[in-house]
Amino acid sequence: MITLTDQAFDPGAALTAFSTGRTESGAVASFLGIARGEAGAATALELEAWPEFTTRQIEAFAADATRRFQLHDVAIIHRTGKIAPGEAIVLVMIAAAHRREAFEACDFLMDYLKSRAPLWKKEHGPAGARWVEPTTRDLTDAARWER
Amino acid sequence: MTRVLLFGRLRDLAGWRETEVTPASKSLAELKRRLAEAWPELGAALAGPGVQVAVDRALARGDVALSPGAEVAFMPPMSGG
Repeated sequence: MITLTDQAFDPGAALTAFSTGRTESGAVASFLGIARGEAGAATALELEAWPEFTTRQIEAFAADATRRFQLHDVAIIHRTGKIAPGEAIVLVMIAAAHRREAFEACDFLMDYLKSRAPLWKKEHGPAGARWVEPTTRDLTDAARWER
Repeated sequence: MTRVLLFGRLRDLAGWRETEVTPASKSLAELKRRLAEAWPELGAALAGPGVQVAVDRALARGDVALSPGAEVAFMPPMSGG
């Protein structure tokens, strides 16, 4: 399930809810992304989505990951709007039979979210605001999965 | 009319998020020309690399025909997480 929310969320509660009641998934892997303060240079991150379209695109990619890594379940919570340093931006949670598939799918989905999901990120700071685009590292990370 | 949506830095460049172009554009190329006439900075950005287009919420590549009432979204390089 893909959730976009403009409200701060509790990653621990989300992970507990995701993990509870699983009797056949031997592995749950998760990744939590947190807004950085950059030693005062960043006062907030602003995430823009096109809610319906963004959700549908991420869902399609998660379905692809589910087939590719034979996952039992995928849940992603992604913040939109203004995010303060220290707040959670994104939580990816994967359930699978075994750990390798769960770790890999988590990495795969994060590479997609960083550079290909319809989300736009603006960094606000004392020096003004700037749009953040994928770094070369983000793009080469995402390209690792092409085959 | 053609409905146009902008995201990310494209919205900042144009100073709007959504507009309607009348009469409707018949193709994506024609729509881009008209936008460039009215908002030169936006036009230059749309001609640049990395801008993806969705026509009626489906990703489109190259020039495509537009039906009357089409919704065209211009999306600059994406970055979440």
